[in-house]
Amino acid sequence: MFLTALLALFLAMVLILLRLFAGPTLYDRVLAVNTFGTLTVLLIGLLGFVTERPDFLDIALLYALINFVTTIAILKFFRYRALGDTNTDMGPH
Amino acid sequence: MESWLPIALDIASWLFMGTGGIFLIIGAIGLLRLPDFWSRLHGAGIIDTLGAELVLVGMMFQAGLTQTTIKLALIGIFVFFTSPTATHALANAAFVAGLRPLKMSKDESNQKAKSK
Repeated sequence: MFLTALLALFLAMVLILLRLFAGPTLYDRVLAVNTFGTLTVLLIGLLGFVTERPDFLDIALLYALINFVTTIAILKFFRYRALGDTNTDMGPH
Repeated sequence: MESWLPIALDIASWLFMGTGGIFLIIGAIGLLRLPDFWSRLHGAGIIDTLGAELVLVGMMFQAGLTQTTIKLALIGIFVFFTSPTATHALANAAFVAGLRPLKMSKDESNQKAKSK
């Protein structure tokens, strides 16, 4: 059953990669990367079950955390063109 | 006496993982085929909440009452709360950047913003 779920996961990942390369706007690509990260969390967990090493779930949990922070950081960079102190003259536009 | 329990767990796991995989594929097709960025957000929503949660619950049935189940539940709770937050931030950033839904001109949206 893990192999069936892995098959569906791979199919979904291929379709999302197509959207990632074809996405007309920047935000389509960010959305595809975010969804691809969620699927990668599932992939790491399922690989842990297939190889019977459930310690992989720690890595999956960490990947979920990093995925969320990455999306927010990318959006912040697109909006302010800086990741650190944004208290400059530019401000939000 | 309780020899039916592993079989029942396997059946439940098959059900949840199969439904979750189907929802993953449906969401990916939606993300690929829908015409607009704002409608593609819904495909991503299907993958992030329903597909991922069902696959995680299916894995929980295979893990039993162990520490693994707690980790799976943590992953599930985290994905359940962060992916709508990320989607909201993404939609907000796209709207601020000037992206508009299909069949909605820029003047119309500006009037709505002014009337608030």
